[in-house]
Amino acid sequence: MAIVEGTDLVKDYDGLRAVDHVSFAIDRTECFGFLGPNGAGKTTVMKMIYCRTPVTHGDVRVGGISVRMEPRQVKDMIGVATQDDTLDRDLTVFENLMVYSRYFDTPRAVARQRIGDLLARFDLTGKRDTNVDDLSGGMRRKLIVARALINDPSILILDEPTTGLDPQARRQIWDMVIRLKTEGKTIILTTHYMDEAQELCDRIAVMFSGRILECGTPEDMISRVVGAHVCEIYARDETAVREIRKNISGNMEQVGNRLYVYGDNPEELAMKCDHVRSEYRVVRRTSLEDVFLKLTGGKEIK
Amino acid sequence: MRLEWPSLRARHVWSRDLEVFRKFFISSILPFFAEPLLYILALGYGLGFFVGSIGDVPYPAFLAPGILSYSAMFAASSECTYSTFVRMHFQKTFDAVLSTPVNIEDIVLGEILWGATKSVISGVCIFAVIYALGLVRPESAVIIVPTVALVGVMFASLGMFFTSIVPTIDSFNYYFTLVISPMFLLSGVFFPLSGSNLPDFVPVIAWFMPLTHAVNVIRPAALGQYSAGFAGDILWMAVFTLVFYVISTVLMRRRLIQ
Repeated sequence: MAIVEGTDLVKDYDGLRAVDHVSFAIDRTECFGFLGPNGAGKTTVMKMIYCRTPVTHGDVRVGGISVRMEPRQVKDMIGVATQDDTLDRDLTVFENLMVYSRYFDTPRAVARQRIGDLLARFDLTGKRDTNVDDLSGGMRRKLIVARALINDPSILILDEPTTGLDPQARRQIWDMVIRLKTEGKTIILTTHYMDEAQELCDRIAVMFSGRILECGTPEDMISRVVGAHVCEIYARDETAVREIRKNISGNMEQVGNRLYVYGDNPEELAMKCDHVRSEYRVVRRTSLEDVFLKLTGGKEIK
Repeated sequence: MRLEWPSLRARHVWSRDLEVFRKFFISSILPFFAEPLLYILALGYGLGFFVGSIGDVPYPAFLAPGILSYSAMFAASSECTYSTFVRMHFQKTFDAVLSTPVNIEDIVLGEILWGATKSVISGVCIFAVIYALGLVRPESAVIIVPTVALVGVMFASLGMFFTSIVPTIDSFNYYFTLVISPMFLLSGVFFPLSGSNLPDFVPVIAWFMPLTHAVNVIRPAALGQYSAGFAGDILWMAVFTLVFYVISTVLMRRRLIQ
């Protein structure tokens, strides 16, 4: 059964439609990703789930409870790591977690216990009494995730958890997410990194201009939308690409000077594209990025 | 827009501010002593030497409760304008809080109660000092301290109202220059409003200023002149407070929950 269920969600900000009739069902203990470019409406969907912003139309049910009816109960079940750094700059690492635990009415002794555990598992024990202003970007991000776990939530929301982090710090966060998933947390994350979505998510919803274009497991989505392989053809200019298109048939997508020809069999693909005149050509395995380009190829970002 | 009732969780917002206050205790507490004390020394005793007494009250004893009232106003006002705005806008503290079961109504109430707490801390500090200087009757604390608490909630609510509407932090300059400063000078802190040679409309305007009603209670109480007339001023302040508390809650919700 779905633990988070969005039905026909709409969000308008001052007449602008940020989320446009979106529905989804997230299962218990899965990692569900909303993938899309900036401005696609991912963060807004998150905010409606954790009751930070009211829904314009439709509803979200978290553990069967409507965000419209009982926002406080919903928020009690969810831990949120926001995209913005919202750590309390006047306080130390420990104080940040302690103050935050009180917002959930967590008894002091329980909070102390949890903070000790969280600091240990997030490698922050040595920074316990450091002011958060003196932490590195990666550590601050870890602390934001640790803080999201202070109420021992069954659902964890990570809004762009690795944006702006260096490769090492990104992988540390990934490892943490995988560990949390194996512990039985339901994780909902947003990202615009394809590799991150492919690495972490059981299922993905690709969002664009406030809508969900496609939803499923990464493998499913790849085989359904683009097939196993792609021949990427780079030409001098768009006219040259259009010329090439006339001579090839089948599933393809043009993005600027590049043409992507999709197919399951790499040899067939290579033969098919063999005769075209191009600057550069390569046949390779497809990834989520190809799905994304195929789905959003001709579209402009609002 | 649907307003919710504030809950006891407001105390967590209050205690967060208290925790930061305690951390920076010395620098936090200093303004409560230094500036009011300067006023009392320089104006009360310095200028007071030339003024002599007002009515039959020596000028230092006249001025001290006025300064105490002003400090109560100032403590809550600066807390719920500049400090609240920094937490709301720059530090994004409220964004973090709003993803917990604490709601915006709790935040507004918690911040206002914290602003009032600073007024009380300020009031108690100054009371202790002017008591040591022999300028106030000790038993008047029974009336002055609760009045200062009300004055604190009142100016915290008014400050919160401005915080809910200002576009940038610089806009508070208008509030302090056009609202707080005139009140400081024209609410009877430094001289009695009736019997001065200011135009007749000044006392009328002063009646509409919240600080006037604070001074109307705190000064006579400090001098041991208790009267039933206090009730009118207390009622005035209570109504004003309630109105601005409600307005600021509504506008804060509108500002932060979109």
